[in-house]
Amino acid sequence: MKDLLWAIPLFPLAGFLINGFLYLRSHRTKGEAAHGHGDAVPHEAPEPAHGDAHGASGHSGHEEIPYKRIHTIVGTASVGLACLFAFGAIFDVGLKALSSGGVHTVTLWRWIPLGVNQSVGHVPGNVGEWVVDVAFRLDSLSALMIGFVTFVGFLIHVYSVGYMGHDAGYGRYFAYLNLFMFAMLVLVLANNFLLMFVGWEGVGLCSYLLIGYDYWKKSAADAGKKAFVVNRIGDFGFILGIFGIFALFGTLDFGKVFSTAAADPARVAPYLTLVCLCLFVGAVGKSAQVPLYVWLPDAMAGPTPVSALIHAATMVTAGVYMVARCNVLFRLAPAALVVVAIIGGFTAIFAASIGLVQNDIKKVLAYSTVSQLGYMFLACGVGAFVAGIFHVMTHAFFKACLFLGSGSVIHALSGEQDIRRMGGLEKRIPITYKTFLVATLAISGVPLFAGFFSKDAILGAVYEAHFEGMPWLPKALWGAALLTAGLTAFYMFRLVSLTFYGEYRGTAEQASHIHESPRTMTIPLIILAALSVVGGWVGFELVEAGNQIKPFLSPILLPLATAASEPEHHELAKELALMAASVAVAGVGIFLALAWYRRGGGRVPARLAERFPGVYRTLSNKYYVDEVYDAIFVEGLAKEGGRVLWEVDATVVDLIPNGAAAVTRGLSWLSSAFDQYVVDGLVNGVASSLQAAFRLFRRAETGRVQNYALFMGAGLFAIVAVYLFFR
Amino acid sequence: MTITINHFLLVSFLLFAIGFFGVIVRRNFLTLLMSIELMLNAVNLNLIAFSHRLSDLTGQVFAVFVITIAAGEAAIGLALTISFFRQRRTLNVEEADVLRG
Repeated sequence: MKDLLWAIPLFPLAGFLINGFLYLRSHRTKGEAAHGHGDAVPHEAPEPAHGDAHGASGHSGHEEIPYKRIHTIVGTASVGLACLFAFGAIFDVGLKALSSGGVHTVTLWRWIPLGVNQSVGHVPGNVGEWVVDVAFRLDSLSALMIGFVTFVGFLIHVYSVGYMGHDAGYGRYFAYLNLFMFAMLVLVLANNFLLMFVGWEGVGLCSYLLIGYDYWKKSAADAGKKAFVVNRIGDFGFILGIFGIFALFGTLDFGKVFSTAAADPARVAPYLTLVCLCLFVGAVGKSAQVPLYVWLPDAMAGPTPVSALIHAATMVTAGVYMVARCNVLFRLAPAALVVVAIIGGFTAIFAASIGLVQNDIKKVLAYSTVSQLGYMFLACGVGAFVAGIFHVMTHAFFKACLFLGSGSVIHALSGEQDIRRMGGLEKRIPITYKTFLVATLAISGVPLFAGFFSKDAILGAVYEAHFEGMPWLPKALWGAALLTAGLTAFYMFRLVSLTFYGEYRGTAEQASHIHESPRTMTIPLIILAALSVVGGWVGFELVEAGNQIKPFLSPILLPLATAASEPEHHELAKELALMAASVAVAGVGIFLALAWYRRGGGRVPARLAERFPGVYRTLSNKYYVDEVYDAIFVEGLAKEGGRVLWEVDATVVDLIPNGAAAVTRGLSWLSSAFDQYVVDGLVNGVASSLQAAFRLFRRAETGRVQNYALFMGAGLFAIVAVYLFFR
Repeated sequence: MTITINHFLLVSFLLFAIGFFGVIVRRNFLTLLMSIELMLNAVNLNLIAFSHRLSDLTGQVFAVFVITIAAGEAAIGLALTISFFRQRRTLNVEEADVLRG
């Protein structure tokens, strides 16, 4: 089973090919029948212009979706099989073997086989061997990642069967989703930087395709483009980092790079800060950190299961995964780690404060995701990579549950996404409510729920962190993280209160349609809610041997020659105090949210908004970051800068080509005359004299076979005659 | 009287002359093909006569070759005839003069 590692990404790839092929087939035949000629009319008729129309269209009036049954089976089964194979491979290698540092590598083929020995870069002692394999690597980190990626992915595929059931683009949707799973698994399983980059770009592409899934809606298409362009900035940093790693180590293989770095840190350490910062730029783009986070809230234009899978649970955590994967390099570059920690901490509190006042259910969750990703980077930044990855996993469970729950709410309300027009859904859609509440408790850090353990691990690590020359920094970051925990609890319970409690505030027409979602949607919700509770129990710090996740993941933390000794296990009282602080902050947040919002809008928040209109407007306009980016980069750099460049070009630069053009024109007039009268005269003269000379011979060429045969016969006769008579 | 090789050569010559005449003067594609066939058979006759006279089988082997090639020639010729007819709705070879200089 463990040697079938390559089959894990292969199943979704096959699913993508089958679904895509069938979709194109049905699309083409249907398109021709419907339109007669292949014009640009989208054959998926645009839906009514609600926010997220997919879940809403629960009513008839749709024609049968071709191959729907096959799309359903292939789309979900391919991911289900990938999940089975993933767990099969993990248990075949063995949890024990993995947690004691076992690495299982399956090499498929040599991808770049040049193997030329040449010295690369200016780092002394480096001999480059340009060899890259397509190979997959299963160690404790990738095992954890493929485990929850395939499992959560499978649940979301199942959910999509119900959610997208009436969408005309059903096949296209599943094809993209399968392709995404393929790319994500390649990213996670890759055993070298280049293959990881392939997966990295693949998930970016699928993200773009799925955000712009409703391509006829300008907002969705624009959001897709925005995500792609912003990600490109990050990807550029990532690829520069890969160049740097190749220049330093002469290989891209994870194992070789990390063992080389760990064995001989002194040689590479001076260059690693730059390399790690480049890699981190990639992570910032993919994982939506300040300043490149702007694409993620807009990405909510995609269907809700996509938001759950790609923009909450899996793809956006790829940056954290990459930083954790390169932890050996990052630990040798303390300056880069400081940057990681500061960016993470700042993003966490920044996004959480925006989330306080958003009114779109998915936007709240989007900012929450950005904020939680900041948490993970904060953990990595203080060197607690295990805590960061732990939070990646628990976050995948409860955030997927929250997004799918919000999808269920949107489904029930026929596409309504504004929480000001919700309320009172507690009794109407009880399963959605209960699962959503469990996930909310988990993200808020209520004890015994999953988020509590991972968040607590991060907070403890931040508090204990030590930065050279900046003794105040850990405490400041800890304060920010603690405040973020409070804000998170507050805005999540504000969301729950406005959505599920109080009186219903929407239209009567929508109210009559409210219904619980079908079972394909509620069962994934229930499973994810259960995982949001138990998913954190593997990291129970206080009990003896309760923390399973740390020994499991510790093999990814290669021992460093120069590493400072691990901080001693801090005393119990301090740990309990830290825990109590985070629980208290979360409790205050929950209490305030329930007190202010349980009966709908509430007077306190309105009065606060009146009292501090500047603060409120800044928050609800997301600190005007989009506007600033628009002014600087789009209007400023691109348009205004373009205009300036155009002026310079037209007045200064064009003098040169214009002058050159005038000279060239004069010269070319001369050459043209020479050509026309002298050269052409010669050529034409030869031609016409030949034509005149051969006018007579031309007539022999009649084109008739019989004439030629006659000439041949006559010639033969003449030759024979001459031979016979003049012998 | 005994039949000598001269008789064979005479018959062969006559056949060849008739065939060549046909190729030169007839205007019908099919007739042209038949005339070519006549010329080939004249040559065959010649080969076999000399083979018999010289007691050497090479001539007969060549005759068999010629017959085989003639079959191929006939097939290709008929195919050309058909495509020519499809193009021009006629079998007149004088119409086939696209290569005229």
